[in-house]
Order: sequence, then C-alpha cells, then structure tokens
Amino acid sequence: MDPHLALQLIIQGILLGGIYGLIALGLSLIFGVMGVINFAHGQMMVMAMYVSYWLFILLSLDPYLSLVGAAAAVFVLGYLIQATVVNRILDYPEAMQVLPLVAMGLILENMALLFWGPDHRSPQTALSLQTLWVGPVMIDVSRLIAFVLAIAITILIFIFLKKTNIGKCIRAAADNRTGAILVGIDVDRIYNTSFALGAATTGAAGVLLLPLMPLSPHMGHDFTLTAFIVVILGGMGNLIGALVGGLILGLAESVATLFLPATLKQVVSFSLLVVIMLFRPQGLFGGKK
Amino acid sequence: MTRRHVFFAAVLLVLLALPLFLDKYALGIFVMIFFYAYVGQSWNVLTGYTGHISLGHALYIGIGAYATTFLAQTFGITPWIGMLVGGIAAVLIALFLGFLGFRFGIRGVYFVIMTIAFAEITRLIVSHVEALGSFSGIFVDFNPSFWNFQFRGNLPYYYISLGFMLASLVAVHLIEISKLGRFMVAIREDEEAAQALGVDTFRCNMFAIAISAFMTSLAGAFYANYIYYLHPNSLFGMALSIELILRPIVGGLGTLFGPVIGSFILTPLSEISRAYFSKGGLEGLHLILYGILAILVVLFMPKGIIVYVKRALHPILGTTNAE
Repeated sequence: MDPHLALQLIIQGILLGGIYGLIALGLSLIFGVMGVINFAHGQMMVMAMYVSYWLFILLSLDPYLSLVGAAAAVFVLGYLIQATVVNRILDYPEAMQVLPLVAMGLILENMALLFWGPDHRSPQTALSLQTLWVGPVMIDVSRLIAFVLAIAITILIFIFLKKTNIGKCIRAAADNRTGAILVGIDVDRIYNTSFALGAATTGAAGVLLLPLMPLSPHMGHDFTLTAFIVVILGGMGNLIGALVGGLILGLAESVATLFLPATLKQVVSFSLLVVIMLFRPQGLFGGKK
Repeated sequence: MTRRHVFFAAVLLVLLALPLFLDKYALGIFVMIFFYAYVGQSWNVLTGYTGHISLGHALYIGIGAYATTFLAQTFGITPWIGMLVGGIAAVLIALFLGFLGFRFGIRGVYFVIMTIAFAEITRLIVSHVEALGSFSGIFVDFNPSFWNFQFRGNLPYYYISLGFMLASLVAVHLIEISKLGRFMVAIREDEEAAQALGVDTFRCNMFAIAISAFMTSLAGAFYANYIYYLHPNSLFGMALSIELILRPIVGGLGTLFGPVIGSFILTPLSEISRAYFSKGGLEGLHLILYGILAILVVLFMPKGIIVYVKRALHPILGTTNAE
C-alpha cells in the first residue's frame, strides 16, 4: 500500500469529517431538545445549497460569502416546519412522528427538482480547483476552508448555547419541558428556534460542501442517512459526540476507498451503524442508557 | 348471508366485470391500484399491526424482482417457482434483521434506521454485482406465456393483481382473527405489557416481519414481469419505500381495508397527475402533493380516511365487529 496515498486519504477523510460533524450537529441538537428525529435533514441541507448556488449564478456571490444568507433562509424554513408541523406531533407515538418528517423530506426534495431540474450542477468557484501541497500530500483548498469553517461554526454554536439567553432557554427546555414552562419560557417558540438553528447548521454545512461535490435534488437523503450514522456513533443528542462521530465517519469512509470501490464506501458506514446500534446503542461517548 | 356479504359480493362482481368497459390505459391504472394496495397491505402486516416501522420495505420488492428474474433468465426457472425462492430469500433476510432488532432491543426510530440501512446496503451491493446487471440494471426478456408470467396487454395483469390483492385481504383477515393477530395488536399497543401477560413478543414480531417480507417479495416478482426493467436504485431505493407506505397511512394504518382505500385514492391521483404535470415540465409536483396530503392526514385524521368511509357505508354495512 502506498503510504502517501493512505496519508492523503486520512487527511481528506478528517477534513470531510468536520463537515459531517456539522451536519450531524444540527440533527443532534433537534433530537436533544425535542426528541424528534428529523428525517428531512439532508433535504433541508440541499435547499441551502441551492440558495447558495442561486446567489452564485445570479449575483456571482462566492458560496463562502452567501453562507450566512443561505443558512438564514433555511433557518426560516426550519422555523416554519417546526411551527406548523412538528410542534403538533410532539406527543404522537414515535411511529406517527416519523411519517410527517419523511413526507417533509419528500416535499423539499421534489421542490428542488421542480425549481432547479434534475441536472447535476457544479459551480466553478474561485477556489474550487486550487490545491495546496504539504510535503507529499495534496490538499484541496476548498476542503481545508470547509473544515476550518465547520469547526468554527461548531464552536460558535457551543458558545451560543452556553452564553446567550436563548441558548440557556434551549438547554432548559431540552432538560425539562415542564420546568421550562413553569419558569416562564415560551417553550413552543424555543422549540421553533431550536429546529431552525438545527436547520441553519446543516444549511451552513451544505454550503461548505458546495465546491466539493456536484449538486442534485436527490442527494439529500444520502446526507440524512450520513447524519443519522454520525449521530448514532456519537450518541443521540450528544453535541460533542456529533463532531467526533463526524470525524470518525469521514475517516472510515475515506480509508475504505483503499480497499473498496468509492461507490461502496457507504456499505462500510451502514455496517458501522448496525454494529454500533447493536453493541453501543447509547453511542461511543454516551453514558449508560 | 348478511348485508355485508352481499355488499362485498357486489363489489367483487363489479371489479371482475370492470375490464369489459376499460381501455388499456385505465386498465393499467387499476393494475397499479391493486399492486399498491397489495404492497401496502404487506407492509401493514408489520407496521400497522405490530407498530414496528419499516422504511426499507423496498428491500423485499427488490429481492423478489431480482431473484425471480435472475432464476428465469439464467436457469430458465418459471417465475411461479422463482417468486417462492425470492420469497424465501426475503424471509431469511427479514428474520436476520428481525433477530438483530427484536433480540437486541432496537426499537422505535433506531429500528426505522436499521431497516433503511439494510435496504441501502443491499442496493449498493446489487449495484456492484455483474451478474445482476450492476448499475445499469436488467432488461427482462419478453416471451409472453402463462409459464413465463408474461402476457400481452394489461388484461391478464389486471386479474393477477386483483387476485394478489384479494388474497392479501383474506390472508390478513385470517391473521387478524387469529391468536397471532391479537398478540400483534397487543404488541403495538404496549409491548412490555403484552410481554408481562405472557405473550412471546419476540416470536410474534419474527412471524410478523417474515409474513410481511414474504408477501412484499411476491409483489417484486409481479413488478419485474410487468415493468420488464429492474434498476437497483428504483427497486431498493428509499423512494419506493416511502411511496409504498403512503397509501396504508392515508387509508388507515393497522386496518384491513386501509391500504385498499388509500390505494384507490392515491394511485389514480398519482398516475394522472404524474402524466399531467410532467407534460407541463412540472415533474415532481405530484410527489409534493403526496407529501402535503400525508402530512395533513397525520395531523388531522391520524386514523386514516377509512373512518370516513366506514361512516359513509354505515347504512349498508351496519355496525362492524372487526374493530
């Protein structure tokens, strides 16, 4: 085995893993606060990617500049989804919670298809083909930037949850819904904000992915599944676990391409998922169930 | 003979005589109505009655379709036998999935994700097997004869798919009134309580998933010899898994006639709007409407449209005892 190639794949995997972590952070936040699994997660991410793509084509705004705008658009989308649908199903049995969100994913996916057509699109941004050589290892500049920004956004989310008033309300509502209501927190609105924040996080991750892979309406559910795997690796609702799980999954998928065709790398991640669910359902970093 | 029997006999007669008045296109729509009612019923056995949600049921359709076609094209084995082989393969995979899920206590959302994972793993593996056509799929040879399960025109398919649907109704009715069926509903309502009362929940869950997988895989054999083209993404993909659960949900989950009612409402809607919208360049719009409909049903009629149908038919049927 070529050690340079292996090193290359390890670095690429870790860089991609940071973005996986950010996607999963949103999912984990939504689960942690409301106990709902967002089956439309990847599809929301794709929406942000199309917004960013649009801004790039229409105003030639670089994706890194439109990141905030695209994330804000998905923030609003997430807020509306929570306010109109998810708040009504929180007390449903788990079975009935799954279906509306699956349907929501179906709606978003086909809205993307309707508005932007089935073609694969790869915007040629200023940095998309630039590379950097560190010794024998080649690094895509856009991948490196994506990783750094993903980590930065993750840290920002942590600070937001720890330091701001809204962040504290979110943690209070996650911890004890009744208690939060008793001390006067408008829990419905906090839920809306939490879902919106989770959506915006995945939206930002999507924009970071935009220079790295072709965009198509049907790519969303792959990322929903990726986010599930990461979150189960790290433990449902565990935010640091999401980040570490992302790094592990990125690494596993990348290194798997040494032994398997790239199109089979997801078999590795799904198998990892099943094994983790069987033996450590609380996640690698969770405490006792 | 009660009024119910007369009513069902009349409906059956209408369905049997209907092809006399239908053209090829309308026949095709009815084939899809019966097909999706059958598949929805098969899924309903697991999810509707025991409450374990599967979002990977396309897996069993794919296995049925691929097994039947592979055996027919490679060894010349008739689909009538091939579909049983596919059914057994589906049951084995379902039992493996069920064993992991029910033995290790993987429940709720985790179970859903595991069913998706199994379907996706199978899709990716089939996409890489040369003998199964890998990414490009398999075109099924067309040699019409009863032996080959292939026919000219839609008429034979109409009666076969109708037969499938009726057989599934009888089968699920028999399950419903059996001890197993009662246990399954008990599991759905409260698994721990059922266990505490002495129900062997593991065994019942395994039976439910096996029956459901077997029934679903037969639909795959039908699909292969009706559509004549197998593609791993469309047969094992999540889109089909989602498509096939919408009808029983809209119709009424965990009821005998829910999947049938759902299919009679959604399938014509989907076939007609698909044709209508894609002509205007609006492909995907029918799935958006579907999604909205599914959400509205879950929010405002969580028991399904069957409640309203029952109310409307009350003067004819009288009170129903199979609640």
